[in-house]
Amino acid sequence: MSDVITLAHGSGGRKTSELIAELFKKNLGNEYFTADDAAVMPKPEGKIAMSTDGFIVSPWEFPGGNIGKLSICGTVNDLACMGAKPLYLTCSYIVEEGFPVADLEKIAEAMGETCKKAGVKIVAGDTKVAGKGQVDKVFITTAGVGVIKEGVNLSGANAKPGDKIIVTGDVGRHGTCILLARDEYGIEADVKSDCAPLWDAVDAVLEVCPEMHVIRDATRGGVGTVLYEICDQSDVGIDINSEAVPVAPEVRGVTGMLGLEPLYLACEGTMVMMCPAEYADKVVEALQKTEHAKGAAIIGEVTSENKGRVVMTTGIGGKTYLPQPGNELLPRIC
Amino acid sequence: MSEAFDARTYLENYDGPDFRIMEVCGTHTHEIFRQGIRRILSPKIKLISGPGCPVCVTPVSFIDEAVYLALEKGCTITTFGDLVRVPGTKMSLAGARAKGASIKVVYSPSDAVKYAGAHKDEQVVFLSVGFETTTPSDVIAVKTAMREGLTNFSLLTANKTMPGAYEAMGKSCDAFLYPGHVHCITGTQICKDMCEKGISGVIAGFTGDELLTALAIAAKKHAEGKPFFVNCYPRVVTDEGSPAAVAIVDKFMQPCDAEWRGIGTIPMSGMELRDEYAAYDARKKFEIPDLKGEYKTACRCGDVLQGKILPKECPLFGKACNPDHPVGACMVSSEGACSAFFMYGGDL
Repeated sequence: MSDVITLAHGSGGRKTSELIAELFKKNLGNEYFTADDAAVMPKPEGKIAMSTDGFIVSPWEFPGGNIGKLSICGTVNDLACMGAKPLYLTCSYIVEEGFPVADLEKIAEAMGETCKKAGVKIVAGDTKVAGKGQVDKVFITTAGVGVIKEGVNLSGANAKPGDKIIVTGDVGRHGTCILLARDEYGIEADVKSDCAPLWDAVDAVLEVCPEMHVIRDATRGGVGTVLYEICDQSDVGIDINSEAVPVAPEVRGVTGMLGLEPLYLACEGTMVMMCPAEYADKVVEALQKTEHAKGAAIIGEVTSENKGRVVMTTGIGGKTYLPQPGNELLPRIC
Repeated sequence: MSEAFDARTYLENYDGPDFRIMEVCGTHTHEIFRQGIRRILSPKIKLISGPGCPVCVTPVSFIDEAVYLALEKGCTITTFGDLVRVPGTKMSLAGARAKGASIKVVYSPSDAVKYAGAHKDEQVVFLSVGFETTTPSDVIAVKTAMREGLTNFSLLTANKTMPGAYEAMGKSCDAFLYPGHVHCITGTQICKDMCEKGISGVIAGFTGDELLTALAIAAKKHAEGKPFFVNCYPRVVTDEGSPAAVAIVDKFMQPCDAEWRGIGTIPMSGMELRDEYAAYDARKKFEIPDLKGEYKTACRCGDVLQGKILPKECPLFGKACNPDHPVGACMVSSEGACSAFFMYGGDL
């Protein structure tokens, strides 16, 4: 096989078959992975959830992951947020002409590993090659199907006054990592993306708290945007204790210097959960036993006051609004 | 609990004479709102967000000059992002960009010089705004351009200095919350001189605890009834400041009169390049005509900066003027009083 992707790799002919066999099948193959026009799988028991997400992160590789890992985590976590065990994914690549095959292999490897960890199978895919300059290196779209755990009813509209708000880990790490990876600020810091598949964490939580009201993936826009969305959807207010929000010291350092609010920076392996107060401690305990949610913490609660607003109690005991999500010009992060 | 516990209790229960204290630093403004400090203070203490955000005090005519350079002279304007959205008489720099002007956002003046070095076919102008804290990096940019023999780099200056503002604003408040960053450059002598003239103040740091401590000390001193000065940020601000930074600014720049948006002209409160560096002074290099900026009449940024009204008392606040569509400069920068008030719920 050649060293770089050419237009012929996307033509559907011999070179495409080569690419599928040597690169994708090797890393992503399983009993349902198909060369036919559609994959055929057994029907799961119960309701299914379905989701899709496009990934255009720049740079495509960053500390803690790459666009391949991200494209699996993104869709797996979207399904998990509905209480759905992710089963099958499809993926569609758009690759820029001239992209090194070795790099595409790295991406496929990361996807394969992440699928294994998340217990999900890629059953169908597509590869298109765009001319030089028509895309930025590689874009990936994944779609996924999962089966919803029995008795679970999750929605952003379900938050109730008195619910405790939990984050599954420290916030803003992916966004900070990408800002640094773009090297526009001349700041060096060791910040790794939190990019991780979280079905096992969600599964553990739903075991101890089937009455969970809300689970949201705090990706683009970060935890702050999620909180404001829930305020609107559920017609409630939210109180946050700023001291309780976990932020990694290196993230606090970088965001402090750049004047950015970590609550508004993307996470790719951190979720926001809202549950009746009596379950909160059990939920945190269950989360902390899972691989990617050791830093889970209760950060505040849902209220019937200040509807539509997120109020923060600050470190010195003052109260402010968390500013509304703005239209800050941040780079492509997911 | 930290030392701020006592400071907080004191500020909450303060029952001395009415006390108006003015912060003159955008970072203080932002942090005071972000930490929710106004809500903690006794009703007898009034915080005024004075002229400390460089974007907020930059006059309309300066934006007009930059637009002129971009559109009439074809210059590439390099600037901090906030300035791009400040309305000029006819348009903002964002408006000029929509008309085809080349406007580049940079994070430091040295990035602007780097850009000039890499684009020798463009005339690159850096919008040099800010106080004593940022001026040294502006003149270092000129020094770098000279060393590298660049003839396509210049500054459009609107640099300002604090002492003039302290005197001009002295009657609008009982004391200043002096800006820690400015005085880490200039030292404390200016504040001591102010105290001699009967103008009080404390130098404050930027964390929640540091702000509470400085405010509590100021309130306590005010209650004693005599002019005062206390350096409440000694871990950073020394008496002598940074002589090296002061010296390099003095080598390249001299004081001049300066217009402050919403306040008017304050004598000798600005800085401009000395004549021997005229080749790096965009105003001289491109012979910019005398532009008289026109202000939107209903905007009351000036009254906000002087503490005469709260942002919400301006008829435009939150309606015609909001962070997405700023009418006045105080709504543009996140360090502006109106923007901070809007975002953090000043009346919470």
